[in-house]
Amino acid sequence: MLTVTDAVVRYGTIEALHGISFDVQQGEIVALLGANGAGKSTTLRMVSGLHAPASGSIIYEGRDITKVKAHEFVSMGISHVPEGRRVFPQMTVEENLEMGAFRRSGPLRDDIEEIYVQFPILKERRKQPGVNLSGGEQQMLAIGRALMSKPRLLLLDEPSMGLAPMIVETIFSIIGQIRDAGTTVFVVEQNATQALRLADRGYVMENGRIVFGDTAKNLLTDPRVRAVYLGESVEGE
Amino acid sequence: MGFEHFWLSGFDQIHTAFWTYLAVGLQNGAVYAMIAVGYTLVYGVLGLINFAHGEVFMCGGFAGVFLTRDILGDRTGTGWGSVALVLAGIAIGALVSALVAIGVEQAAYRPLRRRHAPKLAFLISAIGASYFLQTLAGKEFGYGVNIFPGQVFEPGQVMFTLFGTTIHTITVVSIIAAIVMLVVADRIVRATRLGRGIRAVSQDAETSSLMGVNIDRTITITFILGGALAGAAGFLYSLQSGMVQNAGTEIGIYAFTAAVLGGIGNLRGAALGGLFIGLFGSFSVPFAFEGNVQWTEIYTFLILVLVLIIRPTGILGERSGRTA
Ligand SMILES: Nc1ncnc2c1ncn2[C@@H]1O[C@H](COP(=O)(O)OP(=O)(O)OP(=O)(O)O)[C@@H](O)[C@H]1O
Ligand SMILES: [Mg+2]
Repeated sequence: MLTVTDAVVRYGTIEALHGISFDVQQGEIVALLGANGAGKSTTLRMVSGLHAPASGSIIYEGRDITKVKAHEFVSMGISHVPEGRRVFPQMTVEENLEMGAFRRSGPLRDDIEEIYVQFPILKERRKQPGVNLSGGEQQMLAIGRALMSKPRLLLLDEPSMGLAPMIVETIFSIIGQIRDAGTTVFVVEQNATQALRLADRGYVMENGRIVFGDTAKNLLTDPRVRAVYLGESVEGE
Repeated sequence: MGFEHFWLSGFDQIHTAFWTYLAVGLQNGAVYAMIAVGYTLVYGVLGLINFAHGEVFMCGGFAGVFLTRDILGDRTGTGWGSVALVLAGIAIGALVSALVAIGVEQAAYRPLRRRHAPKLAFLISAIGASYFLQTLAGKEFGYGVNIFPGQVFEPGQVMFTLFGTTIHTITVVSIIAAIVMLVVADRIVRATRLGRGIRAVSQDAETSSLMGVNIDRTITITFILGGALAGAAGFLYSLQSGMVQNAGTEIGIYAFTAAVLGGIGNLRGAALGGLFIGLFGSFSVPFAFEGNVQWTEIYTFLILVLVLIIRPTGILGERSGRTA
């Protein structure tokens, strides 16, 4: 579904990605793991057109999208939930959801109700401005907003960041449901254990390179992963 | 004598000429409000003050007066005829200023945005655009104050007489046109898809592009909206003051003040701020020492400072300094 080949991304003169290659197949959940500053967000931003690669190619559904502008991605079925949730602070929950369907025409009522079924708390808060929501609620809103565009590929940047364990559970189970409903998911996470339990495959990034990739099952038992990224949970198990 | 007498005589003058002060205040307020909306909307989407906006306003004055005369020929009107003339001037002023605003955005801002230039570069670029427009207008139409070409759009055109008082076309049309245009602008921003795009870009430009909002297009639309209102205001101001001038900075500063007073980034705040500054300026004229009307400017800016001390984000502003 998505194939990235030798992608290089620069911020000015700094090279943040030194030629990375990976792919995501239809129907999968693929996790991208790595320490702070490894280049995970940069990778997602590249895939959704926010930051064009200096070289390399991005093929999505058989089409070269390397030069497509960010605002056209959503119409192609790619939806990106950015790091830090980024809900529109002065818009209500419902207006935020409507923004997710900005490029679609026609009535949105049924779709909004569907999101409310998935995230009941959003219905309770539908008249509240985004800025008033808790972190968990904002994350749900950000995901709900992304789903409003009916994506075929959902990009999630650290959906569990800064959330209480119980909320993290909820978010991850929702990500599972989203995939079961037919949307392919590419998720960046620092919460490696949980991400790998959910994912089919994973890639590990270090300093702007993808150092290895494997099935999630293999990665969970891979000593390199356990030592570096699952350090805490090794003790916990 | 002294202070008490000064105050009493001020209130006395207001008492005898209340309706005149009110009309002038509303007229000026309408102009300030229409310009202020442009400052506030552009601040929303770009996170910067468009210092060339005063000249966008100025262009509306020149276009509304001269172009309308070129098209319609010299004519004066009374009654509904005068209303039609003023409306034609508003339309032409708005159109030309909207085009100028697009030009300013394309020439002065867009190239800098492409290169992620720092805010200071935008400021310098805006000052350049503003001098360019001032000088161009001066070269074409003469520098400094030009007395209005009296044949057409005579400032004193009378629309009708009410209870023995003559009502000038310009007063009525200014106020009604301002209300209509401000309400339309407010509706566009609040209740249309375009407006949702503008609000989204104002709150978080990058995320709005993830939602499918075309940022460049949205910014252009914002400049068109602000430009059209400023152009209409430019024509109305020329008509009210009976002159055209190759400068928009002075009125621009008042309107900018109105936008800040109302809460920069907030459309209704800008409209309210404009109205307030217009009325306040007018009603403070009788309190000017020795009849020197420059005191009204001092009073106005004192009020601005006071309001900002009490409410740093302006009357309706919720957030300050948050850029798009
Ligand atoms: N706008 C930017 N300008 C310059 N350098 C940047 C910019 N954004 C990111 N970088 C640099 O690129 C590298 C990768 O950053 P990125 O945000 O992709 O990391 P990350 O893996 O998402 O980290 P985190 O887990 O902290 O979110 C870092 O070295 C970072 O400093
Ligand atoms: Mg990141």
